[in-house]
Amino acid sequence: MAFIRRYLIPRLIQYVLVIFLGVTAVFLIPRLTPTDPVAQTIAQIRSQGAYLDPATVDQLIQDLTELYGLEGSTFDQYIALWKRLFRGDFGVSFFQFPTPVSVLVGRALPWTVGLLLTTTLISWVGGNIIGGLAGYFSRRRWAQALEVVAMIIRPLPYYIFSFTLLLLLSYVIRLFPIAGGAEIGRRPEFTWPYIKSVLRHAFLPALSLTILGGTLWFQTMKLIVQNVNAESFVQYAKLGGVKESIIVSKYVIRNAMLPQITALGLALGQIFSGALITEIVFSYPGLGTLLYNAVITGDYNLIMGITILSIVAITTAILVLDLLYPLFDPRVRYR
Amino acid sequence: MKVLKDLFRDYRFVLSFCVLCLLLFLAFLTVFSPYDPTLWGVVPRDLKPSWKYLLGTSSKGQDIFWQAAFAVRNSLIISVIAGVVSRVIAVTVGMVAGYKGGLTDRILMFLSDSFLVIPLFLIIVMLAMLVRQMMNLVTLGLLLAIFGWAWDARLIRSQILSLREREFTQTAVLSGTGTLRLVLKEYMPFATPLVFSTLINNMSWAIGMEITLAILGLVNMDIPTLGTMLQWAISYQAMFLGYWWWLLTPVVLAILLFVALYWLSVSVSEYLDPRTRLQRVGAQ
Repeated sequence: MAFIRRYLIPRLIQYVLVIFLGVTAVFLIPRLTPTDPVAQTIAQIRSQGAYLDPATVDQLIQDLTELYGLEGSTFDQYIALWKRLFRGDFGVSFFQFPTPVSVLVGRALPWTVGLLLTTTLISWVGGNIIGGLAGYFSRRRWAQALEVVAMIIRPLPYYIFSFTLLLLLSYVIRLFPIAGGAEIGRRPEFTWPYIKSVLRHAFLPALSLTILGGTLWFQTMKLIVQNVNAESFVQYAKLGGVKESIIVSKYVIRNAMLPQITALGLALGQIFSGALITEIVFSYPGLGTLLYNAVITGDYNLIMGITILSIVAITTAILVLDLLYPLFDPRVRYR
Repeated sequence: MKVLKDLFRDYRFVLSFCVLCLLLFLAFLTVFSPYDPTLWGVVPRDLKPSWKYLLGTSSKGQDIFWQAAFAVRNSLIISVIAGVVSRVIAVTVGMVAGYKGGLTDRILMFLSDSFLVIPLFLIIVMLAMLVRQMMNLVTLGLLLAIFGWAWDARLIRSQILSLREREFTQTAVLSGTGTLRLVLKEYMPFATPLVFSTLINNMSWAIGMEITLAILGLVNMDIPTLGTMLQWAISYQAMFLGYWWWLLTPVVLAILLFVALYWLSVSVSEYLDPRTRLQRVGAQ
């Protein structure tokens, strides 16, 4: 019971508050800036060369005000937004009228989730194992070489790294397709050629996310392991003649893994943003590319929908990770 | 002088110092630029690198060498504005939260935790879309500054928390030092190394964010920066037309800048940390 009172309830309150804060920010941002989204949209339609007579403009202003949820006082609008959100209604996309935002996001989501899940898992596990070994054998030459490579890759932002990879592997050496999620014109079906096409298209974005993410885990893990290595229980095990493979896997890496789980939770928001940026580089048909198109066309409703859904998804993922943490750490196992 | 001598023992510091000096030199060269960087068609188009045009020319009829010089300068200006302003916010929040404690601390830390959890990239994109019309180097720097302080405020807070418990705080308070004076005079010297090393990381983040926003077309495309230069090259299909000199210039410059900033920050913070400094400098 103490667990629920001392850990679960404060954590849940924090979770709800973060979502509340995020949605409120998304609501307030357009209202704090001096630009009027309705006027901006009309100006954009005009700049695309369409002629609008005054009656149409009036009708358009009214429609847009309703569409953007700008009726009534600011407080009324705020309440209305929450009501709509609880119904799962994010409004309609303006530039792919009248497709609801939730449908567009739902179409893009499986691509992003698939990419994100596989790359986060591979980079976290792989980076930790390689980093752990490099930390344990930190005097060997290969460990030092890996460290230098990591020092070069680590500071690169997602866009520059993915773009360099794209230039190298699909333009200079034509190994992989330049863009897309599957071959153009191929219908989604559960057959080997289609799956093969999807995998081939996903390979470069996945590789770029895995390498960048893996480098981060590699570096932190190497540092932690170097510290654990100096602890007396490891020294004692060595002196006691415990096999080296057991020392590495059971004594060192297992202890060093714990802070990395916390770090994964903290980094999830950034990893997600990075995945969106990487998708834009490779025109991968997930949320990132949807966002890109929404920004290009000025589809404000769609951007709001993507942002709110992402905030909810990421905070939920971190909450789940936090609640799972005791499974890995016997010291904080709840009684 | 001894500090510099110790720092120069590290090959990473030497390399990053040289690269940064070179890039700064390039940025200062813009004073002598023969062309206005915002004008199109001032030189023949699509020329390969030659002695006359060191890095070739673009399809917009601009000399890429001078464009690159302006791009480096402007990207650095944005990152310095973002870095310095967000440092001010981080120091203020970290010190107030650490020193006041209690409810103020909890509210401020909840705020910075939320900043860490929420995918900020999307929020920045939303804001940038709405202020697109008045986007210039200063507004972009300020926009990025609003979002770059959360993690560093946490670091400074934890340092202040430990300083608050030390004896000299008691002495200062009992001898009548005001809070503001105590924080600025006594605590600031301890926080300064931290502020410097986070400044470099934050500048690097700001440059990367600028590139991403430029790709989305959310910055003023007339001002040459590393991001807008790359975006113009991509939108003119430089990749498929084979104008490698146009495409590679911003990419290579960006990679050099990021690696140099990171190595500088790692090297300096290792030096500032007494535990790692001993290993490096050796007992003397």
